[in-house]
Amino acid sequence: MERQGGLFLFGDTMSSTSTRVVLDREAIRRALTRIAHEILEKNHGADNLALVGIHTRGVDLAQRLVAKIAEDEGVRLPSGEIDITLYRDDAGIKRTRAEVRGTNILFDVEEMRIVLVDDVFFTGRTIRAAMDALIDFGRPRSIQLAVLVDRGHRELPIRPDYVGKNVPTARTEHVHVRLVERDGVDEVVIG
Amino acid sequence: MQMFTQPHFLGLEGLTKDELLFLLDTAESFREISEREVKKVPTLRGKTVINLFYESSTRTRTSFEIAAKRLSADAVNITAAASSVTKGETLLDTTRNLIAMRPAAIVIRHPSSGAPHFVARLVDCPVINAGDGTHEHPTQALLDMHTIRERKGKIAGLTVAIVGDILHSRVARSNVLALTTLGATVRLVGPRTLLPPECRTFGAELYTDLRAGLAGADVVMALRLQQERQARNFFPSVEEYARRFCLTPAALAEAKPDVLIMHPGPMNRGIEIDSRVADGPYSVILDQVTNGVAVRMAILFLLTTRGKAVREEE
Repeated sequence: MERQGGLFLFGDTMSSTSTRVVLDREAIRRALTRIAHEILEKNHGADNLALVGIHTRGVDLAQRLVAKIAEDEGVRLPSGEIDITLYRDDAGIKRTRAEVRGTNILFDVEEMRIVLVDDVFFTGRTIRAAMDALIDFGRPRSIQLAVLVDRGHRELPIRPDYVGKNVPTARTEHVHVRLVERDGVDEVVIG
Repeated sequence: MQMFTQPHFLGLEGLTKDELLFLLDTAESFREISEREVKKVPTLRGKTVINLFYESSTRTRTSFEIAAKRLSADAVNITAAASSVTKGETLLDTTRNLIAMRPAAIVIRHPSSGAPHFVARLVDCPVINAGDGTHEHPTQALLDMHTIRERKGKIAGLTVAIVGDILHSRVARSNVLALTTLGATVRLVGPRTLLPPECRTFGAELYTDLRAGLAGADVVMALRLQQERQARNFFPSVEEYARRFCLTPAALAEAKPDVLIMHPGPMNRGIEIDSRVADGPYSVILDQVTNGVAVRMAILFLLTTRGKAVREEE
């Protein structure tokens, strides 16, 4: 996934002419509300359902979905977080940030329907790594994928089950997901 | 954000507080892997880690081996007693042969201080010091810091008493460096002959009386009396040493009520530590061993992915 939140921008210039907001605060809220409903609809309720966020912003999005589902169904789904740093397939190929933020899955994944949550769906390699990591914890009944933005350019036969917004992008463009929890603002920007 | 960018892990000397904290934070996130059903991540798949041990070791060698295996590396152990070292091969020649086997990292323990540094100059892979002579044992000190931080929530402001054979102890040296950098007060306690006055230059306080040294301590680390290095009669007898410096429940009454008892192992029960203390409620000696695996996974991971650690982007 594209992890180009403010934290990693360092000296990147974000010229105002070439950036555009594709989702604002309201649009993100509505997209997450719809995804929460779709998750419940597709799984016929909240039984044996759990959400797992992929570090970093996927964890925040998973927490928001847990809160929305709790509002609507009165059930607080078990949730966890996954750090795919140790499962990446690009060590030595791409320059990666060697920061391990920890995986935390405290429920038993055996026979659960698990929805992985991430901010941006791009090549699919993060999701491949996340599935490997998840399966190390046991054998879930199914794994589904929810993403806020699908930007295209996938390189693996993986496709999200729930999408906030499809955003066609050029490969060289960066998709910046900013969330209140970490960045002080809710928006998705392409630049 | 603070990173760890050194090519080797040879000692804690010169590491900054931020670097030490980064290493501890990284180790923390590796702990969870050892609690899983499947205690393995694919990070170092297809890579070989060589453990080159010129001194006997149970804990450290096993810990490095498990750490490498939990990262999916192939761990190969070479112990001096069962290698060509007994046939007279020099460290230089052994190292050249190991390079030819293309390891991803070499972990070395050697009775001579500086041996890992010598190896590091020859090879193009990371070298990790697993204890060199009386110099440093950096992964031990890191796992000690990890254990203290886990139990006390912090290191700064604590008073830590290190008791025993300071003169021969690489564990003490690495611990003094780490503790003072992280803001703890360090006391070194032992007979005058095993308490080199140069230790003051590290910022440690020296005590020759056990009870005075333990008074008000938050953490007490016992060191093994290194009988194999006592050729020069540093004290009259082991019995007398034990009478004056053994950590007994009575001596520990001087320390804080919630004192932590640590020992790097192997223990000489009844010499530097009483069994009632070693197996007592304040002992975190086995936690140290558990944390050792996480710390060594973190070091192996950081060194073998170094250089790629700039920014994250898929």
